[in-house]
Amino acid sequence: MIVVENLYFTYAPQGDYVLKNINLEIGEGELIAIMGDNGAGKTTLVKHFNGLLKPTLGRVYVDDVDTRDVPISELSRKVGMIFQYPEKMFFSERVWDEVAFALRNFGYDEASINRLVQKILNIFWLWKYRDSSPFILSGGEQRRLAIASVLVWNPKYVVMDEPTAGQDAVQREILLQIINMMVSQGKTVILVTHDVEFVAEIRPRVILMSNGEVVYDGEATRLFRNPGILESAGLTQPILFKLESRLRDQGLIEGGFNTIDEAAKKIISLLGDERL
Amino acid sequence: MSIISVNSLSFRYSYSDRYILKDISFSIGEKEFVLLAGASGCGKTTLARALVGLIPQFYEGEYSGEVRILGMNPATTPISKITAQVGFLFQNPENQIFMTTVERDIAFSLEFRGFSREEMKERVAWAMEIMGISHLALKRIEELSGGEKQKVALAGILALKPKILILDEPTAYLSPMSARELMGMLKRLNRELGITILLIDHRLDLAVEAAQRILVMKEGKLYIDLPIKEAFRQNLSKEYGVNVPTLIKILDVIRRQGFSLDPPPLTIEEFINLIKKGRTI
Ligand SMILES: Nc1ncnc2c1ncn2[C@@H]1O[C@H](COP(=O)(O)OP(=O)(O)OP(=O)(O)O)[C@@H](O)[C@H]1O
Ligand SMILES: Nc1ncnc2c1ncn2[C@@H]1O[C@H](COP(=O)(O)OP(=O)(O)OP(=O)(O)O)[C@@H](O)[C@H]1O
Ligand SMILES: [Mg+2]
Ligand SMILES: [Mg+2]
Repeated sequence: MIVVENLYFTYAPQGDYVLKNINLEIGEGELIAIMGDNGAGKTTLVKHFNGLLKPTLGRVYVDDVDTRDVPISELSRKVGMIFQYPEKMFFSERVWDEVAFALRNFGYDEASINRLVQKILNIFWLWKYRDSSPFILSGGEQRRLAIASVLVWNPKYVVMDEPTAGQDAVQREILLQIINMMVSQGKTVILVTHDVEFVAEIRPRVILMSNGEVVYDGEATRLFRNPGILESAGLTQPILFKLESRLRDQGLIEGGFNTIDEAAKKIISLLGDERL
Repeated sequence: MSIISVNSLSFRYSYSDRYILKDISFSIGEKEFVLLAGASGCGKTTLARALVGLIPQFYEGEYSGEVRILGMNPATTPISKITAQVGFLFQNPENQIFMTTVERDIAFSLEFRGFSREEMKERVAWAMEIMGISHLALKRIEELSGGEKQKVALAGILALKPKILILDEPTAYLSPMSARELMGMLKRLNRELGITILLIDHRLDLAVEAAQRILVMKEGKLYIDLPIKEAFRQNLSKEYGVNVPTLIKILDVIRRQGFSLDPPPLTIEEFINLIKKGRTI
């Protein structure tokens, strides 16, 4: 469990607080999306989870350990972090080595390393690049490499900063499946994301931030039906929910829908039965 | 009149064993707003690099075919001469930003272009204003959030008031609201100032409302070059891995049930009007 207690944080000694009075409990096996406007403090918050940043005031505990009391190296094995700009992380000359790096560090034997690296590269369609330099990959491929090089060691907590940025339809689907699989294995997955459409697909618990504070913490569905809170925090309603409220405003439907399939069904019922 | 034309362009990066661009031909006319889409790794960024001369001047390789942009040949024209008129936003804004403070970084793009101090100041202020980052003017670049950096990179390009904008995933790190504002602004720059725009993006929900035409690539080839609406008559997601707008996803389910709503709606208003007309063909 990750527990955040009365967390305040400022980058400069006399500066303004970038995080203000944050209190959170993140349990095992939870799927969480941290959302909010540019500059709201999302990245700053998650950097506290692996000890990269330490609270100015308040406490952050990971499995009952105060993050101020342990070195980053110890925390980061447990809390895998995929950064917003992944290409800044790469340091290996080969894609393969980039992914194997952490495993070697943790003392895995060669056979396991080979097996795990091959498996994860295949999942993200990167196997064909195993001997290439990470720096020649396309934008989306680089992000997938960054994700793969953390997921390969199967950390207990995974934080992904903007995992869907630059991903196409197929890769989003793969990501969605991987996330669901991790959660079903009891891992905690924390996404930092602007991708309301993706969040509308996975329906996690949403922690919404605005100006360094948490302004909503709860179900995605309820949040998405509340354009007021969303917009005050720099978000917009997912299209599905916008369509629902517009159809309702126009008196075309009663009730609502929660998925693309349900929306299609409702709309078909409006169209009568003149099939092609 | 076309201001970008690409004729049978093929390219293979040195040390790579395959062609990334394969016999690509298309042209873009003045004042057009064109969207370039396709699966990750299909060659979009590579094509953009070829338009501004980074390919073959910076990235060497096997190059054939002809490209013209504002009458210049990017294979032989100094890149700085091209980027004086063509604003190019790199996919990763971190690559673009060099100077210390936000204001100085944006001004840097104007240096050596012969603007007076006054004009420079004015343009920097204008660009910061429209990107909504005036309050960050004196901040150091390394102290910005991910999305703030992206806005600074965009402001630097807009300050040039270029004739053509080539933007490689400008919304990747923007909040939904900022992305919507950016798309609205690009639409105005296009419609009101006549700036030609080529937009590469995976977030199509907003882009389809602003752009008029879409190019879709797959594995280095250009397969689709159509007005946006016509393009969505086919399943771009299944065939080309395009992350289609949610409205189109709903439409696809409806189509699979044998219903056809046409033309494909790009906005909620259009969708509702179609439903109201009960236009089942
Ligand atoms: N190293 C730093 N030094 C000083 N201020 C910083 C630093 N990093 C971020 N900030 C500031 O702290 C605030 C929060 O930044 P943070 O990166 O956490 O935002 P974010 O919610 O992740 O935004 P985005 O969606 O744009 O990535 C912003 O106002 C930003 O300018
Ligand atoms: N400098 C390079 N040398 C060799 N191969 C490269 C180089 N740059 C890119 N590639 C390869 O070319 C292919 C196309 O890359 P490109 O960056 O054009 O894709 P893209 O369509 O922009 O993808 P994305 O949507 O992920 O950004 C990729 O497979 C990539 O690995
Ligand atoms: Mg961030
Ligand atoms: Mg690209």
